[in-house]
Amino acid sequence: MTKQTVGLYNVSFDVYEGETFVLMGLSGSGKSTLLRCLNRLIDPSDGHILIDGDDIATMDSKDLREARRTKMSMVFQGFALLPHRTVIDNVAFGLEIQGISKDERYIKAEEAISKVGLKGYESSKTSQLSGGMQQRVGLARALATDPDILLMDEAFSALDPLIRSEMQDELIALQDKLKKTIVFVSHDLDEALKLGDRIAIMKDGVIAQIGTAEEILTNPADDYVSEFVAGVDRTKILTAENVMKRPEPVVSINAGLKVAMQLMKKHGISSIFVVDPEKKIKGILLIDDAVQAVKDKKTLHDVLITDVQIVAPDLPIMDIIPMMTDSNFPLAVVNDSQKIIGVIVRGSILGALAIKEEDSNGLT
Amino acid sequence: MALPELPIGETVESSVYWLNDNFGFLMDIFSEFIDILISGFKDILLFLPPIVFILIISIFVYFVSRKNLKLAVGTAIGFLLIDNMDLWKLSMETLALVLSSALVALLVGIPTGILTAKNETAFHIVKPILDFMQTMPSFVYLIPAVIFFGLGNVPGLVATIVFAMPPAIRLTNLGIRQVPVELNEVANAFGTTSMQKLVKVELPVALPTIMAGVNQCIMLSLSMVVIAAMIGARGLGYQVLVGIQRVDIGQGFEAGLAIVIIAIVLDRLTQGLTPKK
Repeated sequence: MTKQTVGLYNVSFDVYEGETFVLMGLSGSGKSTLLRCLNRLIDPSDGHILIDGDDIATMDSKDLREARRTKMSMVFQGFALLPHRTVIDNVAFGLEIQGISKDERYIKAEEAISKVGLKGYESSKTSQLSGGMQQRVGLARALATDPDILLMDEAFSALDPLIRSEMQDELIALQDKLKKTIVFVSHDLDEALKLGDRIAIMKDGVIAQIGTAEEILTNPADDYVSEFVAGVDRTKILTAENVMKRPEPVVSINAGLKVAMQLMKKHGISSIFVVDPEKKIKGILLIDDAVQAVKDKKTLHDVLITDVQIVAPDLPIMDIIPMMTDSNFPLAVVNDSQKIIGVIVRGSILGALAIKEEDSNGLT
Repeated sequence: MALPELPIGETVESSVYWLNDNFGFLMDIFSEFIDILISGFKDILLFLPPIVFILIISIFVYFVSRKNLKLAVGTAIGFLLIDNMDLWKLSMETLALVLSSALVALLVGIPTGILTAKNETAFHIVKPILDFMQTMPSFVYLIPAVIFFGLGNVPGLVATIVFAMPPAIRLTNLGIRQVPVELNEVANAFGTTSMQKLVKVELPVALPTIMAGVNQCIMLSLSMVVIAAMIGARGLGYQVLVGIQRVDIGQGFEAGLAIVIIAIVLDRLTQGLTPKK
């Protein structure tokens, strides 16, 4: 018998450059411990932590100090600002530790302060700031040393919901510009799904599943994960791409009305998308219009409805549903070059939501 | 069956004499150093005429106490009263003793406090010594002090240093141990050396607590310096002692009042120097 508890066991994962990787789990799942192993605030008893090929876990204290100074910095749940320092001296802390001259570190600290939108508060005392602003200082302090990696430990958990959501949006906007590698610890699934390019769900010191938000929602690895994600609002996460059908059949704009009618009859559908030879969308043809046109000796061009609704593949279902209610036609999913890559009909959205709902209910 | 009495008293006595015989030269060097310190402070304090000194100290109190005019005026009145009672020279002598002993106690106490906060072994060694130092009746220190240093200011000061040091150690230790875990992590996460961590994070964050220790140290110095008059320390304490011996109520009270005035001013001054959280 030992009196020790296993904090983390057999945890192995890669974080790619420039991505936001979320460690997600309930309290006690080991996510914060894992984060602290990355910069060795907690010494792992075994294993390797490779950053650009250098093993953090086996570094001597001098190399570790250097890595902590330049490679990565950390944002804390409780902000952890130094109470005796002003905003700018807090932000400049990391630079000061590196021995950078006062003038130079103030220039860099100013930059970081304006990045997080705190310009004008440089000489304020940190205790006079609100929680959200304090965490901006924490974020600026982490950015000031221009590290490759940001470690964020429940950085927004102590903030009230509105501010939290605002900070999440700002982090996403910042990340679009800065392209840091972020490891973000969170116990809030919505936050994880919102911020994370990929998410690792942890339970009792092991990783239950790693994947993108869609992968985890649509294909949970085990009962724990599916239970975990059961309450998520899928319409926010699932996108057009996840629910669309293959764009079949489509008819070429150069083909005749007869061909189009034949295809609709064969597939038992009442409308068909019309494309040019490059598969770019041209419009939609309804069966009734086609029948009428043949009687009136008109061509496909005469009865083609060009005013079709198109959506991008990454549009969330939440935004597609209102479009569907306003329209009687299917939606075309097109890529950047206007090529049709999928079709969404009402049934496919309802089906996608219903099946997934059933899945998770069945497993709980 | 009667147990034999353990020779604790004899052992301590013989070791004190042994120390005195073998390390007397060290005591002499130390004695010399303390003497210089006391006379240095005394010369500075008595250099200026009382009225100029009172003016300077009152202005100083005014700014240190964040422009508390009442306190500054009170200080001026108090010190004028001391001068009026013709106790100026003795008061400055007492102040010199207090400043010397507090200075030495802090110079030893604060680093020791830092050490005990950082090192568990040191903490476990120092803790019982501190308990001993604080609970042993203060008069008892006077005896070995006399053996080592004879009669006069120096043994009085040594006894005072021993008496006043524990709160400086304890509160420094406490202050550093109370630095929040996250701030500790901040220091480490940004790659501080242990010296940078101490100077830039731990000491500033612990400063209010450490200053409480400084305040305690100075106040205890003052109370002990008075008692040390019993082994020949000069100043107001001696005046009190003479008052007791002659049953001279007036003389005793005047000296006591001067001590109270000095104590209040020193207390408010050190509190004023403490940064507010």
